[in-house]
Amino acid sequence: MSTATTPGLGADHLAHVAESATPAVHRGGEERHGIRRALGVLVRIALCLVFGLPLVFMFVSSFKPDLQIFSDLGNIKAFLPVGDISFENYSGVFGRVPFAQFMMNSVIITVVTVVLGIVVNSMAAFALARIGFKGGGIVLGVILATLIVPFETLALPLLWWSNKLPFLGPDGFTEGWLDTYQVQIIPFIANAFSIFLFYQYFDSIPKELDEAAKVDGAGWFRIYRSIVMPLSGPAVATVAILTFLPMWNQYLWPLMAVQSEELRPVMVGIDYFKQLNTSWGQIMAYASIITAPVLVLFVAFQRAFINSIASSGVKG
Amino acid sequence: MKLTSTTTRVAVGLLAVALPLSMAACTKGGSSSSSGGAGGGELTMWTHNAGNKGELAAITQIVNDYNKSQSKYKVKIQAFPQDSYNQSVVAAAASKKLPCILDIDGPNVPNWAWAGYLAPLEGLDGTLSKFLPSVLGKYDGKTYSYGYYDVALVMVTRKTILDKYGIRVPTVDQPWTKDEFTAALKKLKASGDFQNPLDIATSFTGEWWPYAYSPMLQSFGGDLINRNDYKSAEGALNGPKAVEWAKWFRGLVTDGLVPLKSGADPAKDFINGKTAILYNGTWTAVDTRKAFGKDTLFLPPPDLGNGPKIGGGSWQWGISQNCSDQAGALDYMKFAAQDKYVASVARDTNNIPATDAAAAEVKGYEQGGENQLFLEYAKKFAVLRPVTPGYPFIATEFTKTAQDILNGADPKQALDQAVKNIDANQKSNGYFQ
Repeated sequence: MSTATTPGLGADHLAHVAESATPAVHRGGEERHGIRRALGVLVRIALCLVFGLPLVFMFVSSFKPDLQIFSDLGNIKAFLPVGDISFENYSGVFGRVPFAQFMMNSVIITVVTVVLGIVVNSMAAFALARIGFKGGGIVLGVILATLIVPFETLALPLLWWSNKLPFLGPDGFTEGWLDTYQVQIIPFIANAFSIFLFYQYFDSIPKELDEAAKVDGAGWFRIYRSIVMPLSGPAVATVAILTFLPMWNQYLWPLMAVQSEELRPVMVGIDYFKQLNTSWGQIMAYASIITAPVLVLFVAFQRAFINSIASSGVKG
Repeated sequence: MKLTSTTTRVAVGLLAVALPLSMAACTKGGSSSSSGGAGGGELTMWTHNAGNKGELAAITQIVNDYNKSQSKYKVKIQAFPQDSYNQSVVAAAASKKLPCILDIDGPNVPNWAWAGYLAPLEGLDGTLSKFLPSVLGKYDGKTYSYGYYDVALVMVTRKTILDKYGIRVPTVDQPWTKDEFTAALKKLKASGDFQNPLDIATSFTGEWWPYAYSPMLQSFGGDLINRNDYKSAEGALNGPKAVEWAKWFRGLVTDGLVPLKSGADPAKDFINGKTAILYNGTWTAVDTRKAFGKDTLFLPPPDLGNGPKIGGGSWQWGISQNCSDQAGALDYMKFAAQDKYVASVARDTNNIPATDAAAAEVKGYEQGGENQLFLEYAKKFAVLRPVTPGYPFIATEFTKTAQDILNGADPKQALDQAVKNIDANQKSNGYFQ
């Protein structure tokens, strides 16, 4: 089968060539194709169950009393809204944590970080990919090298510095950022992976566009704002989602840097339910409420997300 | 160019949203960054009780009473969730932002005192002499903390279960012997009526492992460290008695008497009838009594050779070294140590009151009350976890070793390795002198 090595010909095409050769081969190929499709569907169903059932369990359990959650474990009832169903866990959640406050904090922290992250990281990537300057490669290398340093390693030095930094606010200059919103936002705006994603995408946009804009009298900022960014929708969507998820899930850093209850994000709130007599139903209710925004956003942006990962992730 | 203008508008719109939000955010945050100190007579207090309505309400009542009782100081509460409280305190200590008054898990007191987080409670000796020894946090001859309550470890079961299988009900004076205990568990297993003859809550994490299982080691005659000088664990944690404990501990799993990994909530499994005997804390009393009423039994732990043992020491209160108004913090601590407050916190948390006078005020702990046996267990069987700043390391090492043993590691080798690591840590810290 010399065609097997021909670039650009996929398995379907080969099957089609084989199909026209002889009727016997045709039948065999069709069977194999059918089996492969069936297996593919089975694998997809299995993956859906693996990823979907925990969410179903969480949501269904959020309506059950604690004892029933445990008695239903080990059988199909765990995934079905049967038995003593009520909204009691949800009312318990609102009585136990200042949920609206936590939610608002998370929204503020996440939205501000995502938006400022898109601006700052895209500008950094633009400078590296489009302007080009001496040592730009080294700068990019150093930025990428920071990807291998886990946050846990940086947490304590960052905490120390956050405690020493000055801040200009309504009360004038104050020392120390701990127990503030800015300490939950500013350290996470600049992000090496976001810069890398933007860099990859910007690098693939034809440079001739810059030349043409320059001829028309545009400066670098104008090129960034009016040409490169409007063409980078998928990269912006990817960076937005990849920044949103870890910011929404922030746990360790707020634990260390924030003491006031009125500044805590939603993820820290889940600890409120882990007492000696844990309220599992309330944990499930709380988890359902805080997962909902993430699911909604993912569903809304999934096409852009998949497209951009597929295009920018594979390039280079 | 439609795309260009639309995208530009979206980008400008997003920025317009983000910048005011960030300004508002920074402004709000910036104004609330003050830490515990004496500024304006305000004393900041941290507690691990966020989400724990009962205990937080009791503490809030004490604080409100104190604030009303005088005008010089005002105590302000900041509640943290228990699961992440220690990390928050350690992070605050690293940035010198500890509050004036804070609560501490008992076994951590020596470490936090040694690390300079805590200041001794000077001048409160008379006030604290009435407290159970297990609720006082001491280090280097000084008292650093006191607690309102203690908890006890118990074997929770039902009288009908023991009667059905002809198992003797043990008492404080006549607890089960090791052989009796093993025979009872085997009988329960043979019945096939229970998924777990005994559930020792192996799914719990953190401090539970040394709190719950080191008393079993001590009941065999071993210990976490030699308590004469707290320098080495040699012989205590890897001697013949400790190895005997490790083999027995592993045997509970291999004989099918205890699940290798308990369910997420062993008390719920007990109430649902999956478990015959539950090894847990007295905090399960409310739920189990609610389910089984007077049929519920809270038995002493078995005597595994060296007498029954349970862990001692729970959450306690102290003042921080960097509190700029130590006198104010001490004034609050003295006020809050009154018997009526010991009683109210113990009542609201369903725990063992730390003083006899408070016990007399709490229903169930009065003479002949249904909870009095918990107090008796605490007085007779409680063993404090090692009073050394090295305890957090010892606890981590013991937890890892006990988990390895349950999972099939060679008992002697695992214990030897733990001793080696603990001794190295004690030595590298100059034995915390």
